[in-house]
Amino acid sequence: MIETLSQPWPWWVAGPLIGLIVPLLLLAGSKQFGLSTSFRQICAATAPGGIEYFRYDWKRGMWRLMLVLGIIGGAAVAATLLANPDPVVGISQATHADLAALGINDFKGMVPSEFISWSGLLTLPGFVMVVVGGFLVGFGARYADGCTSGHAISGLATFQFSSLVAVLGFFAGGLVATHLMLPLIFGAW
Amino acid sequence: MKELRVLLRYVLLGAFLGIAFTKGEVISWFRIQEMFRFQSFHMYGIIGSAVAVAALATWLIKRRGMRTLDGQEIETKVKPSAGLNYRYWIGGSLFGLGWGLLGACPGPIYALIGNGVSVMFVALFAALAGAWAYGYFAPRLPHH
Repeated sequence: MIETLSQPWPWWVAGPLIGLIVPLLLLAGSKQFGLSTSFRQICAATAPGGIEYFRYDWKRGMWRLMLVLGIIGGAAVAATLLANPDPVVGISQATHADLAALGINDFKGMVPSEFISWSGLLTLPGFVMVVVGGFLVGFGARYADGCTSGHAISGLATFQFSSLVAVLGFFAGGLVATHLMLPLIFGAW
Repeated sequence: MKELRVLLRYVLLGAFLGIAFTKGEVISWFRIQEMFRFQSFHMYGIIGSAVAVAALATWLIKRRGMRTLDGQEIETKVKPSAGLNYRYWIGGSLFGLGWGLLGACPGPIYALIGNGVSVMFVALFAALAGAWAYGYFAPRLPHH
Protein backbone atom coordinates (compact mmCIF):
# COMPACT_ATOMS: atom_id res chain seq x y z
CA MET A 1 0.00 0.00 0.00
CA ILE A 2 2.63 2.51 1.14
CA GLU A 3 4.80 1.37 -1.77
CA THR A 4 2.08 2.16 -4.30
CA LEU A 5 1.31 5.52 -2.69
CA SER A 6 5.01 6.40 -2.65
CA GLN A 7 5.26 6.33 -6.44
CA PRO A 8 4.43 9.66 -8.12
CA TRP A 9 0.66 9.75 -8.67
CA PRO A 10 -0.61 9.86 -12.26
CA TRP A 11 -2.60 12.93 -13.32
CA TRP A 12 -5.91 11.06 -13.18
CA VAL A 13 -5.41 10.43 -9.47
CA ALA A 14 -3.88 13.74 -8.36
CA GLY A 15 -6.08 15.99 -10.54
CA PRO A 16 -9.51 14.79 -9.34
CA LEU A 17 -8.29 14.80 -5.71
CA ILE A 18 -7.16 18.43 -6.05
CA GLY A 19 -10.49 19.28 -7.68
CA LEU A 20 -12.36 17.78 -4.73
CA ILE A 21 -11.00 20.52 -2.48
CA VAL A 22 -13.50 22.94 -4.06
CA PRO A 23 -16.69 21.09 -2.94
CA LEU A 24 -15.06 20.06 0.35
CA LEU A 25 -14.41 23.72 1.22
CA LEU A 26 -18.00 24.58 0.32
CA LEU A 27 -19.28 21.81 2.59
CA ALA A 28 -16.87 22.63 5.39
CA GLY A 29 -18.07 26.20 5.67
CA SER A 30 -19.08 27.73 2.33
CA LYS A 31 -15.49 28.77 1.57
CA GLN A 32 -14.06 29.61 -1.84
CA PHE A 33 -10.78 27.96 -2.79
CA GLY A 34 -8.05 30.54 -3.30
CA LEU A 35 -4.56 30.63 -1.83
CA SER A 36 -2.95 33.90 -2.91
CA THR A 37 -5.29 35.84 -0.61
CA SER A 38 -3.11 34.42 2.17
CA PHE A 39 -0.38 36.84 0.97
CA ARG A 40 -2.73 39.77 1.51
CA GLN A 41 -3.65 38.44 4.94
CA ILE A 42 -0.02 37.99 6.02
CA CYS A 43 0.84 41.52 4.81
CA ALA A 44 -2.21 42.93 6.63
CA ALA A 45 -1.22 41.10 9.81
CA THR A 46 2.47 42.00 9.80
CA ALA A 47 3.10 45.17 7.77
CA PRO A 48 -0.11 46.99 6.83
CA GLY A 49 1.84 50.28 6.53
CA GLY A 50 -1.34 52.35 6.50
CA ILE A 51 -2.16 51.03 3.02
CA GLU A 52 -5.84 50.93 2.12
CA TYR A 53 -5.59 47.42 0.60
CA PHE A 54 -4.35 45.98 3.89
CA ARG A 55 -6.84 47.79 6.12
CA TYR A 56 -9.38 45.01 6.55
CA ASP A 57 -10.19 42.23 8.98
CA TRP A 58 -7.69 39.58 7.87
CA LYS A 59 -8.68 37.34 10.81
CA ARG A 60 -12.00 36.57 9.15
CA GLY A 61 -10.01 34.50 6.68
CA MET A 62 -8.33 32.50 9.44
CA TRP A 63 -9.59 29.32 7.79
CA ARG A 64 -7.30 30.03 4.81
CA LEU A 65 -4.24 30.39 7.01
CA MET A 66 -5.19 27.03 8.58
CA LEU A 67 -5.40 25.58 5.06
CA VAL A 68 -1.88 26.90 4.42
CA LEU A 69 -0.57 25.31 7.64
CA GLY A 70 -2.17 22.04 6.56
CA ILE A 71 -0.53 22.24 3.13
CA ILE A 72 2.91 22.64 4.72
CA GLY A 73 2.25 19.73 7.11
CA GLY A 74 0.73 17.46 4.46
CA ALA A 75 3.62 18.15 2.11
CA ALA A 76 6.06 17.24 4.90
CA VAL A 77 4.21 13.93 5.40
CA ALA A 78 4.29 13.23 1.66
CA ALA A 79 8.00 14.06 1.49
CA THR A 80 8.93 11.73 4.35
CA LEU A 81 6.45 8.86 4.77
CA LEU A 82 5.55 8.76 1.06
CA ALA A 83 8.90 9.79 -0.44
CA ASN A 84 9.51 8.78 -4.06
CA PRO A 85 11.78 5.71 -4.19
CA ASP A 86 13.52 7.30 -7.20
CA PRO A 87 14.34 10.96 -6.54
CA VAL A 88 14.91 11.73 -10.24
CA VAL A 89 11.82 13.35 -11.74
CA GLY A 90 10.11 11.35 -14.52
CA ILE A 91 9.75 14.19 -17.02
CA SER A 92 9.72 13.61 -20.76
CA GLN A 93 12.98 13.09 -22.66
CA ALA A 94 12.35 16.26 -24.65
CA THR A 95 12.09 18.42 -21.52
CA HIS A 96 15.15 16.73 -20.03
CA ALA A 97 17.13 17.54 -23.18
CA ASP A 98 15.90 21.17 -23.33
CA LEU A 99 16.77 21.81 -19.68
CA ALA A 100 20.16 20.10 -20.01
CA ALA A 101 20.88 22.43 -22.96
CA LEU A 102 20.11 25.40 -20.68
CA GLY A 103 22.76 24.17 -18.25
CA ILE A 104 20.76 22.14 -15.72
CA ASN A 105 22.44 18.88 -14.70
CA ASP A 106 20.68 17.88 -11.48
CA PHE A 107 17.20 16.42 -12.02
CA LYS A 108 16.73 15.10 -8.50
CA GLY A 109 13.98 16.40 -6.25
CA MET A 110 11.35 19.03 -6.95
CA VAL A 111 13.61 21.90 -8.08
CA PRO A 112 16.93 22.24 -9.94
CA SER A 113 19.03 22.53 -6.79
CA GLU A 114 22.10 23.95 -8.54
CA PHE A 115 20.06 27.13 -8.95
CA ILE A 116 17.02 26.98 -6.68
CA SER A 117 18.86 26.66 -3.36
CA TRP A 118 20.59 28.97 -0.89
CA SER A 119 23.90 28.82 -2.76
CA GLY A 120 22.01 29.04 -6.06
CA LEU A 121 20.76 32.50 -5.06
CA LEU A 122 24.26 33.73 -5.82
CA THR A 123 23.87 32.68 -9.46
CA LEU A 124 22.03 34.94 -11.91
CA PRO A 125 19.45 32.28 -12.94
CA GLY A 126 18.84 31.27 -9.31
CA PHE A 127 18.35 34.85 -8.15
CA VAL A 128 15.99 35.71 -11.00
CA MET A 129 13.94 32.51 -10.62
CA VAL A 130 13.53 32.70 -6.84
CA VAL A 131 13.51 36.43 -6.05
CA VAL A 132 12.17 38.03 -9.24
CA GLY A 133 9.87 35.05 -9.90
CA GLY A 134 8.56 35.07 -6.34
CA PHE A 135 7.94 38.82 -6.42
CA LEU A 136 5.98 38.56 -9.68
CA VAL A 137 3.92 35.65 -8.34
CA GLY A 138 2.85 37.76 -5.36
CA PHE A 139 2.35 41.01 -7.27
CA GLY A 140 0.60 39.41 -10.24
CA ALA A 141 -1.69 37.18 -8.18
CA ARG A 142 -2.98 40.09 -6.12
CA TYR A 143 -3.30 42.36 -9.17
CA ALA A 144 -5.26 39.64 -10.99
CA ASP A 145 -7.30 39.00 -7.83
CA GLY A 146 -6.41 35.31 -7.80
CA CYS A 147 -3.87 32.68 -8.70
CA THR A 148 -3.97 29.14 -10.06
CA SER A 149 -6.30 27.95 -7.29
CA GLY A 150 -8.75 30.86 -7.34
CA HIS A 151 -8.88 31.47 -11.09
CA ALA A 152 -7.69 28.30 -12.88
CA ILE A 153 -9.52 25.82 -10.63
CA SER A 154 -12.27 27.56 -8.66
CA GLY A 155 -12.98 30.27 -11.25
CA LEU A 156 -13.01 28.05 -14.33
CA ALA A 157 -15.13 25.46 -12.49
CA THR A 158 -17.82 28.10 -11.96
CA PHE A 159 -17.46 29.43 -15.54
CA GLN A 160 -16.19 32.92 -14.69
CA PHE A 161 -15.17 34.77 -17.84
CA SER A 162 -12.75 36.94 -15.85
CA SER A 163 -10.99 33.77 -14.65
CA LEU A 164 -10.60 32.56 -18.22
CA VAL A 165 -8.95 35.88 -19.13
CA ALA A 166 -6.65 35.59 -16.10
CA VAL A 167 -5.71 31.99 -16.95
CA LEU A 168 -4.88 32.97 -20.55
CA GLY A 169 -2.66 35.66 -19.02
CA PHE A 170 -1.01 33.06 -16.75
CA PHE A 171 -0.11 31.00 -19.80
CA ALA A 172 1.04 33.94 -21.90
CA GLY A 173 3.37 35.00 -19.08
CA GLY A 174 4.60 31.46 -18.49
CA LEU A 175 5.42 30.99 -22.16
CA VAL A 176 7.42 34.25 -22.24
CA ALA A 177 9.29 33.24 -19.07
CA THR A 178 10.06 29.76 -20.43
CA HIS A 179 10.96 30.57 -24.02
CA LEU A 180 12.46 34.06 -23.76
CA MET A 181 13.58 34.84 -20.21
CA LEU A 182 15.09 31.50 -19.17
CA PRO A 183 17.35 31.27 -22.29
CA LEU A 184 18.43 34.87 -21.62
CA ILE A 185 19.35 34.47 -17.95
CA PHE A 186 20.98 31.04 -18.45
CA GLY A 187 22.79 32.31 -21.54
CA ALA A 188 24.16 35.33 -19.73
CA TRP A 189 25.34 33.17 -16.81
CA MET B 1 -13.76 24.90 21.46
CA LYS B 2 -16.27 24.66 18.65
CA GLU B 3 -14.33 27.29 16.73
CA LEU B 4 -11.10 25.36 17.09
CA ARG B 5 -12.78 22.22 15.82
CA VAL B 6 -14.00 24.10 12.77
CA LEU B 7 -10.51 25.48 12.10
CA LEU B 8 -9.13 21.94 12.39
CA ARG B 9 -11.25 20.98 9.37
CA TYR B 10 -9.23 23.36 7.23
CA VAL B 11 -5.91 22.08 8.56
CA LEU B 12 -6.97 18.57 7.53
CA LEU B 13 -8.17 19.73 4.10
CA GLY B 14 -4.87 21.57 3.68
CA ALA B 15 -2.93 18.43 4.58
CA PHE B 16 -4.90 16.47 1.99
CA LEU B 17 -4.03 19.14 -0.56
CA GLY B 18 -0.35 19.22 0.45
CA ILE B 19 -0.09 15.46 -0.11
CA ALA B 20 -1.87 15.63 -3.50
CA PHE B 21 0.30 18.59 -4.62
CA THR B 22 3.46 16.72 -3.68
CA LYS B 23 2.59 13.25 -5.00
CA GLY B 24 1.08 14.67 -8.19
CA GLU B 25 4.37 16.58 -8.68
CA VAL B 26 2.41 19.79 -9.22
CA ILE B 27 5.10 21.46 -7.11
CA SER B 28 7.92 20.28 -9.36
CA TRP B 29 9.76 23.06 -11.21
CA PHE B 30 10.55 20.43 -13.86
CA ARG B 31 6.87 19.56 -14.37
CA ILE B 32 5.95 23.23 -14.85
CA GLN B 33 8.70 23.53 -17.47
CA GLU B 34 7.36 20.42 -19.19
CA MET B 35 3.92 22.06 -19.26
CA PHE B 36 5.11 25.39 -20.70
CA ARG B 37 7.07 23.46 -23.35
CA PHE B 38 3.99 21.36 -24.28
CA GLN B 39 6.02 18.17 -23.85
CA SER B 40 3.68 16.15 -21.65
CA PHE B 41 0.01 15.86 -20.85
CA HIS B 42 0.62 15.49 -17.10
CA MET B 43 -0.06 19.06 -15.88
CA TYR B 44 -2.86 19.63 -18.39
CA GLY B 45 -4.47 16.41 -17.19
CA ILE B 46 -4.18 17.53 -13.57
CA ILE B 47 -5.63 21.01 -14.11
CA GLY B 48 -8.28 19.76 -16.55
CA SER B 49 -9.52 16.92 -14.34
CA ALA B 50 -9.42 19.14 -11.23
CA VAL B 51 -11.62 21.73 -12.97
CA ALA B 52 -14.01 19.03 -14.24
CA VAL B 53 -14.42 17.45 -10.79
CA ALA B 54 -14.80 20.86 -9.13
CA ALA B 55 -17.40 22.01 -11.68
CA LEU B 56 -19.45 18.82 -11.45
CA ALA B 57 -19.38 18.74 -7.65
CA THR B 58 -20.25 22.43 -7.31
CA TRP B 59 -23.17 21.96 -9.70
CA LEU B 60 -24.39 19.00 -7.64
CA ILE B 61 -24.13 20.96 -4.40
CA LYS B 62 -26.17 23.81 -5.88
CA ARG B 63 -28.71 21.56 -7.52
CA ARG B 64 -29.32 19.56 -4.38
CA GLY B 65 -29.38 22.72 -2.28
CA MET B 66 -26.84 21.12 0.07
CA ARG B 67 -25.80 22.84 3.29
CA THR B 68 -22.51 23.09 5.17
CA LEU B 69 -21.59 20.68 7.97
CA ASP B 70 -23.00 23.28 10.37
CA GLY B 71 -26.25 23.54 8.44
CA GLN B 72 -25.59 26.93 6.85
CA GLU B 73 -26.58 27.78 3.33
CA ILE B 74 -23.79 27.36 0.77
CA GLU B 75 -22.94 30.44 -1.22
CA THR B 76 -21.05 30.02 -4.47
CA LYS B 77 -20.09 33.65 -4.68
CA VAL B 78 -19.45 35.09 -8.10
CA LYS B 79 -16.50 37.34 -8.77
CA PRO B 80 -17.42 40.50 -10.70
CA SER B 81 -17.17 39.02 -14.17
CA ALA B 82 -16.44 42.05 -16.30
CA GLY B 83 -14.06 39.92 -18.34
CA LEU B 84 -11.42 41.88 -20.17
CA ASN B 85 -10.64 44.16 -17.24
CA TYR B 86 -7.02 45.29 -17.17
CA ARG B 87 -6.45 43.64 -13.84
CA TYR B 88 -7.14 40.13 -15.16
CA TRP B 89 -4.96 40.17 -18.22
CA ILE B 90 -2.13 42.39 -16.99
CA GLY B 91 -2.08 40.91 -13.50
CA GLY B 92 -2.51 37.43 -14.96
CA SER B 93 0.42 37.84 -17.36
CA LEU B 94 2.70 39.18 -14.62
CA PHE B 95 1.71 36.24 -12.42
CA GLY B 96 2.46 33.89 -15.35
CA LEU B 97 5.95 35.36 -15.77
CA GLY B 98 6.61 34.61 -12.10
CA TRP B 99 5.08 31.14 -12.33
CA GLY B 100 7.28 30.28 -15.31
CA LEU B 101 10.44 31.50 -13.58
CA LEU B 102 9.84 30.17 -10.07
CA GLY B 103 8.01 27.05 -11.24
CA ALA B 104 5.62 27.36 -8.33
CA CYS B 105 2.37 29.21 -7.70
CA PRO B 106 1.24 30.15 -4.18
CA GLY B 107 0.00 26.71 -2.99
CA PRO B 108 3.13 24.94 -4.20
CA ILE B 109 5.38 27.59 -2.58
CA TYR B 110 3.93 26.49 0.77
CA ALA B 111 4.10 22.81 -0.19
CA LEU B 112 7.76 23.14 -1.18
CA ILE B 113 8.52 24.61 2.23
CA GLY B 114 6.87 21.50 3.71
CA ASN B 115 9.04 19.40 1.40
CA GLY B 116 12.10 20.92 3.04
CA VAL B 117 13.12 23.14 0.10
CA SER B 118 14.03 25.87 2.57
CA VAL B 119 15.08 28.45 -0.03
CA MET B 120 11.34 28.71 -0.76
CA PHE B 121 11.15 30.89 2.36
CA VAL B 122 13.00 33.45 0.23
CA ALA B 123 10.48 32.95 -2.59
CA LEU B 124 7.63 33.35 -0.07
CA PHE B 125 9.18 36.53 1.30
CA ALA B 126 9.60 37.84 -2.26
CA ALA B 127 5.95 36.97 -3.00
CA LEU B 128 4.84 38.82 0.14
CA ALA B 129 6.92 41.80 -0.97
CA GLY B 130 5.18 41.56 -4.35
CA ALA B 131 1.73 41.47 -2.73
CA TRP B 132 2.73 44.43 -0.55
CA ALA B 133 3.95 46.36 -3.58
CA TYR B 134 0.63 45.66 -5.28
CA GLY B 135 -1.22 47.07 -2.27
CA TYR B 136 1.01 50.14 -2.32
CA PHE B 137 0.60 50.86 -6.05
CA ALA B 138 -2.99 49.63 -6.40
CA PRO B 139 -4.57 53.12 -6.42
CA ARG B 140 -2.40 54.05 -9.42
CA LEU B 141 -2.78 50.82 -11.42
CA PRO B 142 -5.40 50.35 -14.15
CA HIS B 143 -8.05 47.89 -13.00
CA HIS B 144 -11.05 48.34 -15.26
